[in-house]
Amino acid sequence: MNFVRGYALPRLVQWAVVIFVGATVTFLIPRLLPTDPVEQTLNRVSATSVTDPRAVESFRNALKDLYGLQGTPLEQYLNFWSRLVRGDLGPSLGAFPTPVTQIIRDGLPWTIGLLGTTLVLSWFLGLVLGTLAAYYGNRRWSHVLSGVLVTLYPIPYFILALVLVMVFAYYIPLFPLVGGASGQASLSPAYIGSIIGHSFLPAVSLVLGGTAFRFIIARSLASGVISSDHVTYAELAGLPRRRIVFAYIMRNSLLPQVTDLALALGALFEGALITEFVFSYPGIGYRLYTAILQSDFNMIMGVTFFSIVGIATAALFIDLLYPLVDPRVRYR
Amino acid sequence: MIRDVNVSTPAVESLPSTEVLAERQRQNLLLFTVGRDLFRFSGAFRLGAVLLLCLLGMAALSLVAPYAADARRVVPNDRPPSLQFLLGTTALGQDVFWLTTFAIRNSLFVATVAVLISRTIAVLNGSFSGYVGGAVDRVLSSITDTFIVIPRLPLLILISFMVRGSLNLVALAILIGLLDWAFPSKRYRAQVLSLREEEFTQTATFAGMGTFKIILREHLPFLIPFLMADAVSGFLFAIGIEITLSILGLSDLSMPTIGTMIYWSNYYQVLLAKHLWWIGAPLVSSVLLVVSLYLLSTSLGTYLDPRTRLKSLAVRGAG
Repeated sequence: MNFVRGYALPRLVQWAVVIFVGATVTFLIPRLLPTDPVEQTLNRVSATSVTDPRAVESFRNALKDLYGLQGTPLEQYLNFWSRLVRGDLGPSLGAFPTPVTQIIRDGLPWTIGLLGTTLVLSWFLGLVLGTLAAYYGNRRWSHVLSGVLVTLYPIPYFILALVLVMVFAYYIPLFPLVGGASGQASLSPAYIGSIIGHSFLPAVSLVLGGTAFRFIIARSLASGVISSDHVTYAELAGLPRRRIVFAYIMRNSLLPQVTDLALALGALFEGALITEFVFSYPGIGYRLYTAILQSDFNMIMGVTFFSIVGIATAALFIDLLYPLVDPRVRYR
Repeated sequence: MIRDVNVSTPAVESLPSTEVLAERQRQNLLLFTVGRDLFRFSGAFRLGAVLLLCLLGMAALSLVAPYAADARRVVPNDRPPSLQFLLGTTALGQDVFWLTTFAIRNSLFVATVAVLISRTIAVLNGSFSGYVGGAVDRVLSSITDTFIVIPRLPLLILISFMVRGSLNLVALAILIGLLDWAFPSKRYRAQVLSLREEEFTQTATFAGMGTFKIILREHLPFLIPFLMADAVSGFLFAIGIEITLSILGLSDLSMPTIGTMIYWSNYYQVLLAKHLWWIGAPLVSSVLLVVSLYLLSTSLGTYLDPRTRLKSLAVRGAG
């Protein structure tokens, strides 16, 4: 009971606040900015075809209805919420009348697959490599590894992904340039193989960036633990190296890394969006990119709101699972 | 709180005495020595400083460029690098070398303004929330926590999509700055929380200093080392976001920045045409820029961290 009141409840409230603020911000931005999506769409349509004024007027009303711009601001806001609660983000304007939620649902497995795999891989790799590099700080390989990852870390995702595409899909065509898979969707080995082949390069770009970040933190955390007494004692006792590194050093630097995971999730999600544009990988990020190209306002708004909800919920899950790793939270 | 500032005691406001001046001089000297020591003993700092100076030199060269920043069709199209055109020319008739000088300058400008805005908000929010505590802290902290979780890129895309065309460099910088204060706020708050317990804070409170004055005069100097390292991560974020928005075609595409250079080179399909000099210049300069900034920040961080200094002393003693 104490755990629920002291730990879980504040986090649930925080989650609700994030959703509320996110929805309100996505509601306010289009209404506060000087540009009017209705007029923009009308201009685009009337630029290509000649229409009589009455048709334009009825089209304007239809568009206003579509964007939820009818009525007073308060009515609009309440209407906006009632649609959100029903899971209705409006129709996509680029692929009319497919609902935005449908498009997001189609893209979601790709993004979650890519993000989940790379998150786990980069977290694990960064943690192990960082701890090892800190423990064997004087070895040559440790210096080389640190040098490479420290150089990679600050490079913007877009540049990293672009260079990978240039080198490994364009000049040395080892990997396919675009798409998520080729052939008919099935559980056959050929199709699964093509999924792996297509997602290999996007995943590598994300894993490189994520590992570099995790590596730097793991290295500095581990070097703090190495200088503590219990490690010195373990070394004097002649315990096996592997046990010292994994059970004595890594175990103790694990906690901050788990806390960090919820916060790093947002950054990794942004990385995944960028990676998908660059590799034309059919997840949410790529659909967002097509929406920008097609000036599909509803879709952009839908993806924005959805990513706020998705990231907040994922962060909540990590927070609620945290007591499994850190017993101190449970017994407080 | 505003009243506190107005009642600032005149005694403290008096002209700087000779002792104060001497103290300032000593601090300036200290900064200089730190820089010199770092340059002498840290390879990473040396490399970072030299690279950054080269890039700043490039940016400064844009002031004497023979062409205007947004000039097109001023040189022959699509020439490879030569003595006349050091880095070749673009399909739009621009000289890549001079274009790059403008791009570095503009990207640095955007990043600098963004960092100034975001770190001002972060320092004020973090230290105010940490120093005052109580209900104010709870409210400010939960606002900060809310903004940490919200993913910024989709929000930025939504905003810049809505104002497409009218998003100039200053507006872009302000936008980036307004979205990057949440995470650093938390760190400044943590630092001020520990500073608040120090004795000099109590002395200042008893001497009648107001909240703002204590934060700015007494606590800020302690935050500066961290601020310097943190500002670099703000730079990295701003440069990365500028590149991302530009490549998506959402920023002011007529102004040369590192991002818009990549956008136009992609638009004219340099990869197919094998005109690598056009896309290579912004790619290389962006990588050099972020790596040099990062090297400076980590070497400074290592230098300022007493633990690593003790460690290096021990190594030197043993050797």
